[in-house]
Amino acid sequence: MTIQQAKADALAARLGAGAEGQGGSTQQSWLGAAQAAALARVQGMGLPGKRDEYWRYTDPSTLNVPKALSAALFDNRGEPRPFSAVDRLKLVFVDGVFDPAQSDSLALEGIEIERLSQAAANPSHWAAGLYGTLEARGQTPVERPFAALNTAQADEGVLIRVTGKPSRPVSLIYLRKSVDCDAILHHLIKVESGAELTLLENGPAAARLSKVMEVEVADKGRFHHVRTQGRDHDRRAISHIFARIGAGALFKSFTLTANGRLTRTEAFIELLGADSVAHIAGASVGDGDFHHDDTVFVTHAAERCESRQVYKKVLKNGAVGVFQGKILVKQGAQKTDGYQISQSLLLDDDSQFLAKPELEIYADDVKCSHGSTSGAIDDTALYYLRSRGVPLKQAQSLLVLAFLAEAIAEIDDEAIAEDIRGRLEAWLHRHEHAGNGQ
Amino acid sequence: MAAVDMEVRDGVDRETIETVQAMSGSYKYGWATDIEMDYAPKGLSEDIVRLISEKNAEPEWMLEWRLAAYRRWVKMEEPRWAMLHYPEIDYQDQYYYAKPKSMAVKPKSLDEVDPKLLATYEKLGIPLKEQYILAGVEAPEGERKVAVDAVFDSVSVGTTFKAELAKAGVIFCSISEAVREYPDLVKQYLGTVVPQSDNFFATLNSAVFSDGSFVYIPKGTRCPMELSTYFRINAENTGQFERTLIIADEGSYVSYLEGCTAPKRDTHQLHAAVVELVILKDAEVKYSTVQNWYPGDENGKGGIYNFVTKRADCRGDNAKVMWTQVETGSAITWKYPSCILRGDNSQGEFYSIAIANNAQQADTGTKMIHLGKNTKSRIVSKGISAGRAQNTYRGLVSMHPKATNSRNYTQCDSLLIGDKCGAHTVPYIEVKNNSSRVEHEATTSKVDEDQLFYCRSRGMDEEAAVALVVNGFCKDVLQALPMEFAMEAQSLVAISLEGSVG
Repeated sequence: MTIQQAKADALAARLGAGAEGQGGSTQQSWLGAAQAAALARVQGMGLPGKRDEYWRYTDPSTLNVPKALSAALFDNRGEPRPFSAVDRLKLVFVDGVFDPAQSDSLALEGIEIERLSQAAANPSHWAAGLYGTLEARGQTPVERPFAALNTAQADEGVLIRVTGKPSRPVSLIYLRKSVDCDAILHHLIKVESGAELTLLENGPAAARLSKVMEVEVADKGRFHHVRTQGRDHDRRAISHIFARIGAGALFKSFTLTANGRLTRTEAFIELLGADSVAHIAGASVGDGDFHHDDTVFVTHAAERCESRQVYKKVLKNGAVGVFQGKILVKQGAQKTDGYQISQSLLLDDDSQFLAKPELEIYADDVKCSHGSTSGAIDDTALYYLRSRGVPLKQAQSLLVLAFLAEAIAEIDDEAIAEDIRGRLEAWLHRHEHAGNGQ
Repeated sequence: MAAVDMEVRDGVDRETIETVQAMSGSYKYGWATDIEMDYAPKGLSEDIVRLISEKNAEPEWMLEWRLAAYRRWVKMEEPRWAMLHYPEIDYQDQYYYAKPKSMAVKPKSLDEVDPKLLATYEKLGIPLKEQYILAGVEAPEGERKVAVDAVFDSVSVGTTFKAELAKAGVIFCSISEAVREYPDLVKQYLGTVVPQSDNFFATLNSAVFSDGSFVYIPKGTRCPMELSTYFRINAENTGQFERTLIIADEGSYVSYLEGCTAPKRDTHQLHAAVVELVILKDAEVKYSTVQNWYPGDENGKGGIYNFVTKRADCRGDNAKVMWTQVETGSAITWKYPSCILRGDNSQGEFYSIAIANNAQQADTGTKMIHLGKNTKSRIVSKGISAGRAQNTYRGLVSMHPKATNSRNYTQCDSLLIGDKCGAHTVPYIEVKNNSSRVEHEATTSKVDEDQLFYCRSRGMDEEAAVALVVNGFCKDVLQALPMEFAMEAQSLVAISLEGSVG
């Protein structure tokens, strides 16, 4: 059986489970047309197999299976949820379905928020003709079949258009009640010229979550994104961000990943206007049989843009951290400043760090660099702290936090950064670690 | 069986003559026709494999080994993962065996050597005496099938060294001779580092390799001189498939140099070599290459397709290997000299300069596979792209769970000259234990304007200034080369970049 045939079979099996491949919208609506186009796209690709270069370090089989594997609900023992101290507009999804009862009113100055399924009825909606196109662009040079499948099947999600500077962040909260729900969410965000939005995301969402977020940031627009995922040990999630960034615009995204059986987080970011900036960062902590994969692709297609990728992973007890990052500088994208760092701290011999940090550069007047390191906690630093009277576990926690700091520094809002830091401290406290044979 | 083969061979010879006759006149560069060649018919089949084996007077086991590889190769697919773009290679449109008809054409003095060759060497800045040494050391008694070895095979040089080497117990001969003279050693080690099934090009090589070098350094011996092979592709439409096997027995040391050139042709030629290094306990091998195959003209016409599998296996504790390569030639380079660090405390080093100008494409790097405890590896790669060339570093550093307390340091720097070329870095890093440290750094930049300005203000023309700055950029690698090669490499860097500025 050829590899291509195996991919097509995997897709057929997955689609077969839902009786039909496409989401519920009729062909006549713009959503239906986008779904049909995406279905054709994914049918041309099939679903990935283990031998797929892009899935070299992450086994896609549990994402391929027709039905989500059930995942026990996680008891967080009354611990406060992320961002609870932040004044925000809450949009709540339960098992992947929007819940108006638990959500705030959608009205907020400078921003329009709608449910995908409702917006589809309006043929002249701003999302018509935009929805699904960023995902489609993201299919080259590397195929992302799960994203196309998401567009083909998603009926739920929000459409957010930012025209001004809303007074508070929008917060998407994904609650989970069922042990085997298979959720598909697709959001589209359009930040108009000069507008600014902070978007927060958190929550376990589903036993298996497929999420696509398309983000268009127009010239001089600013978009900040902070999310936390995990803590829900058994769940599996694949999420994609597709972003298109205009001249002088800013895009910043930070993700905290903790535990979780399988988390594949993809980002495809295109700097299309001159002088734009994209920073994407991730901190992940895993203690146990958990697998975190961050796959990032940043394209510089205009002059004088700056991009940063900062990924830090702390792993123990068999956790696996994967980083596949790429900076592509197209011909003509002169004066590019591209930076990428991926580092792991392995707290024991059972854990693994697998990385493929790539550069692909077709312009000469550029400054691009990447670094990748892996190792244990520095004995000398530990010795120094202990000699100053800091107890071992506290010293280790301090060093782990210091290690993660560069990623957290990518969050501009200090209150949100503090929230993330607090969560990491709590995680470290719960998973008191023993590094370096201690 | 032998009778059938003989018949085939007769047929071959007839066809060969016809083919050569049909082709004469199509040669663009006359000097290459000076040597009358003996070809096997075009294309690849079991018969050709048998023929090559027979021409080398090989024992049955060697033929079987080749045939097993051939049968496997037929079922394999050519790899397409490298960042290389080239038209489909027609493996049936190649000659797999070509040998100068008579070794009697060996020139007795340098006066008889093609002046173009001499001019080339002069341009490379190698004094005449050194040319002799570089080209002549290896060639044992006219066994080499390619022109330059025959040309440079100065009997006196060869003999002197052979005697000296024999005194030390070092075996240095062609692989075909080794198959006949030292079958036990060859049988024991051939294909143990790069197995027949390794990859498409290595499997092809296993089936059709015509010659190459064999080195055995006995226990506790420090090879009294540097060994060298000079590879040259001469005949048109002919693939070259050499195989090198070096065995460094316990506690031994050898430094091995390899050089490659090919004449200008407007068709692409295939080169698929395999190099295997077996390094036992406490032994050390230094392997240096200056690869200057014909890169094609500025429009990408012609040039060598260079698909090479090189691997060192540090089998014993404290074994050491150092790969140094200067890759300036070839239209396509696909080459990843690798180190398997199996023995505890073993060390692997890889120093590389890859220069791609005009329409050249290079996809090269290394693999460091750490299996033993306390193993160390170091990678320094300098990629330079100019013109419309594409240059990719592709590497793997793998720390296995048992390779505790191991260490890797990787530095990949790319330099871009001009806005039409590309420089790419594709490292794979796999760490499976926590006491090991892995560090990878890569940078991409253009030639420093300030440095250029300084050189220009001191009266250097732009090309010389770029060459100087680039040589500075490559310094870390050039320093790792043996003296003679460092000289050659420095001038090569300048030549390779000719026409890349202004």
